[in-house]
Parts: sequence; structure tokens; C-alpha cells
Amino acid sequence: MSIWEYANPVKFIRTTDLVLPWVSALAVAALVVGLVWGFFFTPEDYRQGSTVKIIYLHVPAAMMAINAWVMMLVTSLVWIVRRHHVSALAARAAAPIGATFTIIALVTGALWGQPMWGTWWAWDPRLTSFLILFLFYLGYMALWTAIENDDTAADLTSILCLVGSVFALLSRYAVNFWNQGLHQGASLSLDAEENVADVFWYPLLVCIAGFVLLFVALVFLRTQTEIRARRARALLARERQA
Amino acid sequence: MMPELGKYAFAVLASYGVSLALIVVLVAMSLMRARRVRAELDKIEERTKRHG
Repeated sequence: MSIWEYANPVKFIRTTDLVLPWVSALAVAALVVGLVWGFFFTPEDYRQGSTVKIIYLHVPAAMMAINAWVMMLVTSLVWIVRRHHVSALAARAAAPIGATFTIIALVTGALWGQPMWGTWWAWDPRLTSFLILFLFYLGYMALWTAIENDDTAADLTSILCLVGSVFALLSRYAVNFWNQGLHQGASLSLDAEENVADVFWYPLLVCIAGFVLLFVALVFLRTQTEIRARRARALLARERQA
Repeated sequence: MMPELGKYAFAVLASYGVSLALIVVLVAMSLMRARRVRAELDKIEERTKRHG
């Protein structure tokens, strides 16, 4: 069995129909457990007070904002190289989810930054590259809707996705590239000295799992929708020609 | 039951409120569009079948 079998729209819909209820249930369970654990049953941080509870939303959302773009990059490359429609439609389906996670990361970052840094916003390398990533998400979604021909739209949005990947990478590594700005380094570094304490770390892991599963479930659902919408457009075009 | 959030209550509660609202809107919009597109496609396929 090859992964390219799932590039067949019918096979993709049939397989994801089977998996979707389980992934959705796991996503809800992980999010409820992680957020309730983090919000109600973790202590305050000795420096950041109760604002540490924002970590359970801010970190998973920021991670998934970048990872969604990486997924779009991979599926766009598959479209460019192998011309599988499902991969282009999966990239299209992922964009609004990634954009929502980027807004959550920006808003929770501002709400966390105000009491900790004394400002809602700073033109810090990580914050700025995240804002540009958000603008790329908007541009990507606008480009899909602006072009009538699906294949042309997939071609152009794939190129935009390649360009935007620079900012997805910058969002992740900006703190390392430029040793300046307000934003701290990675909270989840493999370096033990950098990591958050276990009491915050375990619920955070559950929340990250919840965000990943939510992303997968929504990508499956929205890709199915894009496949059906594409078929409907094709049938309508055929009707008009007849 | 409610944890003591002290002077940072606004920042914490607003973060949870905005994030959960955005997630709920995203899920609801995805489900509604999925249902609408599915119904539209069924209608078009039915029409196509009838007219050969």
C-alpha cells in the first residue's frame, strides 16, 4: 500500500470518514483534560503569578500556527511535483485553521505581555515575524478565493506558500537569530535548564496533543468539504457546457 | 472551585475567553460549511443523474 492511494479523493473521504469521529473525540478529551488541569489544578508561577495559565493556550496555538504552515508547505510541494488535487485542497483546508491559531497566539501573547513586559505589543523579532505570518495566511486564503480556475489557484497559492515559509521559519527561530527583543527563548527546549517545571509541563503536553488532534480533525473535515466543493463546481461547469 | 487569579484575572480570563470563542467559531463554521456543501453536491448529483 502506498501513501499516494490517499491522493484519490474517494479513498481519502472513505478513510477519513472512518478516522474522523475518533480523532475528534480524542481532540475534545485532550483539550478538556489539558485546559481544566492547567486552569484549575496548577499553582501560580513564583515570578509570573497566575498569568502562567496562559501558557496552555499560547504555546500550543503558536506551535500549531507554524506547524500548519509547514503542513501547507509539504502539501503544496506535493501539488507542484505530483499534481494531486487532494494535496492542494488539504493545504487550502488548513489555512483558516492555521490563521485562527495565529490569532490566538497573537492575542494571548498580547494579554500575557501587558502585565509581564508592560506593553501589549513590541516590534520584537518573534512577534513581528508572527504578525507577518498571519498576513501571509490572509493573503493565501484571499488568493484561493480570488482565482476562479482551481488548478491556477493551486499553482499560485503553492508559490505563495513557499515564500511565506521563510516567515514560518523566522517565527520559530527569530529568538535564536536575533539575540534581542522581549520574547523569551523556546519554552520546550530539550535543554533541561530551559524547560518549564513538571507541574506546568504535563498539562501543557496534554494541551499540545489536544491542539494537534484538533488540527488533524479539522483538516480532515475541511479537506473533505473542499473535495466535494470542487466536484460540485466541476459538475456545474459540465452542466453549463451541455 | 475558581482559582485565585489575583491582579492578573483579566489577562487570564480574556485569554481563555477569546481563544475558546475563536476555536468554537472555527469548528462551527467548518461543520456548517461541510453540511451545506454536502447538501449542494447531493442536489447537483441527483440532477445530473436525472438528466443523464
